[in-house]
Amino acid sequence: MTTEFKKRTDKPVRHLDQVTIRFAGDSGDGMQLTGTQFTTSAAMLGNDVFTFPNYPAEIRAPQGSLYGVSGFQVQIGAKNIDTPGDKLDLLVAMNPAALKKNLKDLKKGGMLIVDTDAFNKINLQKAKYESNPLEDGSLKDYLVVQVPMTSLTREALKDIPIDSKSKTRSKNMFALGMVYFLYGKDPKYTVEFLRKKFKNKPDIVEANIKALQTGWNYAETLELLPAFVVDEAPHHAKEYKIITGNTATAWGFLAAAEKAGLKLFLGSYPITPATDILQELSKYRALDVIAFQAEDEIAGISSAIGAAFAGKLAITTTSGPGLALKSEALGLAVMLEIPLVVVDVQRGGPSTGLPTKTEQADLMQALFGRNGESPAVILAAKSPADAFKMAFEASKIALEHMTPVILLTDGYIGNGSEPWTVQRLKDLPEIKPPLLKEPVENWKPYHRDPETLARKWVIPGTPGLEHVIGGLEKDKETGAISYEPENHEYMVKIRQAKVDKIAGFIPPLETEFQSEGELLVVGWGGTYGALRTAVGQLNEKGKKVGLAHFNHINPLPKGVEKVFEKFDKIIVAELNLGQFANYLRMKHPEFRYEQYNKIQGLPFTVEELVKAFEKLLK
Amino acid sequence: MTTKIKYTFKDFQSDQEVRWCPGCDDYVILRSLQKALPLMNRPKEKFVFVSGIGCSSRFPYYMDNYGIHGIHGRAAAIATGVRLANPDLSVFVITGDGDSLAIGGNHFIHALRRDINLNIILFNNEIYGLTKGQFSPTSKIGQKTKTSPYGNTQPPFNPGELAIGADARFFARVAGNDAKGQTEIYVQAHAFKGTALVEVLQNCVIFNDGAYKFWTDKNVRDEHTLFVEHGKPMIFGKNRDKGLILDGLQLKTVTIGQNGITEDDILVHDAHNPDPVLHMMLVRLKNPLVLGVIRAVEEKTLEEREIELTEQVKARSRIKSFDDIVS
Repeated sequence: MTTEFKKRTDKPVRHLDQVTIRFAGDSGDGMQLTGTQFTTSAAMLGNDVFTFPNYPAEIRAPQGSLYGVSGFQVQIGAKNIDTPGDKLDLLVAMNPAALKKNLKDLKKGGMLIVDTDAFNKINLQKAKYESNPLEDGSLKDYLVVQVPMTSLTREALKDIPIDSKSKTRSKNMFALGMVYFLYGKDPKYTVEFLRKKFKNKPDIVEANIKALQTGWNYAETLELLPAFVVDEAPHHAKEYKIITGNTATAWGFLAAAEKAGLKLFLGSYPITPATDILQELSKYRALDVIAFQAEDEIAGISSAIGAAFAGKLAITTTSGPGLALKSEALGLAVMLEIPLVVVDVQRGGPSTGLPTKTEQADLMQALFGRNGESPAVILAAKSPADAFKMAFEASKIALEHMTPVILLTDGYIGNGSEPWTVQRLKDLPEIKPPLLKEPVENWKPYHRDPETLARKWVIPGTPGLEHVIGGLEKDKETGAISYEPENHEYMVKIRQAKVDKIAGFIPPLETEFQSEGELLVVGWGGTYGALRTAVGQLNEKGKKVGLAHFNHINPLPKGVEKVFEKFDKIIVAELNLGQFANYLRMKHPEFRYEQYNKIQGLPFTVEELVKAFEKLLK
Repeated sequence: MTTKIKYTFKDFQSDQEVRWCPGCDDYVILRSLQKALPLMNRPKEKFVFVSGIGCSSRFPYYMDNYGIHGIHGRAAAIATGVRLANPDLSVFVITGDGDSLAIGGNHFIHALRRDINLNIILFNNEIYGLTKGQFSPTSKIGQKTKTSPYGNTQPPFNPGELAIGADARFFARVAGNDAKGQTEIYVQAHAFKGTALVEVLQNCVIFNDGAYKFWTDKNVRDEHTLFVEHGKPMIFGKNRDKGLILDGLQLKTVTIGQNGITEDDILVHDAHNPDPVLHMMLVRLKNPLVLGVIRAVEEKTLEEREIELTEQVKARSRIKSFDDIVS
């Protein structure tokens, strides 16, 4: 079988700085795979990339229906890319429903590639179109490329002995072939991928590659189709991998465990959009990882508490509803003063809410969603790649300070991907848990390190240091049950002080772009890419706008007031009704905070942010 | 390093003052277990006691071992984490009927299903004691409690039935006032490879006094209970003249010497039979109430499966370090 792809030759080439593409189709059309393949190829060929899959909660909704549309968006660039892009330069719509759901995001004058075979009466009805948009002139603002993809694919595969359904299903590779041609991307990585993925099904490999080639060749024959090039981005000299935030999170824990000389234990229960972390860590038995799928969320964290007591780097992963279920056990971990990391990959709430959509509305739950005075460390990752760093740091803090840590990510950065610069153990800081392995004179379970206020970690099986810990208030030294009023107040305050002291172990707050000026944009967590891009654009226009983005939420980093006081105005932008803004009002009431909020289950667009920030500028 | 293995029960007593009500069976359970531990032949630092919430769950504080006093219902889940993390530890779950059969029911059945090597001691007093007298999932229909002043309308669980239904491999039942029987059973439960559940019929002197007296009173207990032992005929009674036979699909009490019944006709207890049907019939009997180790079927445990699989994966994996993943 030949896998030659003809070189693009005679077409004039246009160089682009960046381009945003969305593949959209039925949830069974293979759009996630198509998008991932395009991303991988673009990245391997030197572009910076950032992706955002947008898929329905239904696994296989009825074919052609509006709620069954699955999309995968990617921005590729010849320069640094921090978001999956706002508006689309190219939309590939595999059916009318995909067109209907996604057209609003296509730029005026943008390109639309559609599979005309799917625009039949039934599909149009399912998509609630009264007339065929390909014929009624409603697409006149776009460059519409009408391709009978299904029939062309089936025709090309007619001699391959596979069933009819599999032939039709290969049309996503046809579409991918066209897009590869359009941007001049060598399809060799996808060919490699297909050969590996279907290595025991040579006919399927052949069909997919043939469809890919047919799409590529078909694109060449289209007169109206331009040829683009997105050049290599400069940062690509280094070694990197394209990973999602969830994978990065999982890897951060793997690295932290090994760095600390411990084994990793994950107790978890499947929940969208956090399940990928459990699935990823299930692969690493070779590193003695125990990825325990528990009977429920509560057992997930409870088993992790047991494992932490028994000497593991113990973590539990979940999303908002699961964090609610874990809150009592999290209080126990606060009381026991054991190391534990809880990951909340936030999704739209309340209740079941929007399981597959993103939001930042669990901040207050993470901070305060427990009974009693129950301080936990709260961290937030700001991008898919940053999730690696923050999972590592969450582990380091939990282990060295003997405290539960909640790491907030979200569906957007959990499922989104970008290049992560490869880091090895030698590149990472040391982790030194306060283990006590031999009896020392007069040791008591709640003796504390004066610098961190952390108690010693004594693992069952250690002779001579037997002790009991529990959820009842305990004597400040011995850990025995104590109902003494003064002792309780002392213990409440020292648990708080232990968390507060962590501010001395984390980097102080810094700003980007400007350290003083007219407006300071404040954000936290997964909105970083959009905020950074927006603030960058304003600075290019000569505006004095700074960005202060928080990875550390409890405790806040040092230097907040020094940063804030240098700006005339402060705006806090977040995907909720203002939870971080209100937290800042509590912690730093001396400043006035403007807000920009969005609660649509979607990330910020750069455009809306620029508009919102400009309103505050003279 | 401690190498002393010859312990007495005193080596397992903590310096904490025991704070159960005077006359509570919990004292008998505590002492019986403290007496059983030296017989298990393990260094004391290898024992971990995990409890939930309730009267029973104060237990770990009274032991001079590693322990966690957890939260309501979650002891089995916490203990599962301890045991998976370190399969060299002997892990005991100390729990009650409210803790394990109500709020912690899910963890309880899943621990049994998974067959992880835990020893679950279920203090069943058919009442909520620590919250001062509400009905529990094992309270009888009609039982008057503070939340059922006109009588309880909720049918109870039979813990043995629930456990065997959840595929428990080891189930034993013992009277709360039977110190000797308890010690023996705790040793057997510890020796058993897999989740071992021991239901202790624990009398709550304050809120449900006499719940078990039909079976535990000295005067009647020999007539009303059958203490089974593997491989021995199921004979009971003060004069050892009564026994169980299978009559169709029912267990039936017969008297040896009457109607031509001889000892050879009496069922011989087979605790090791994987088929749970007869074990289920035994746990359901009320008169006689069956005590002793009713079911003990050893299989490969969860942690054995885990370790075996991990070793296999390791043997063929190129990944020896995090660095190998990213390389």
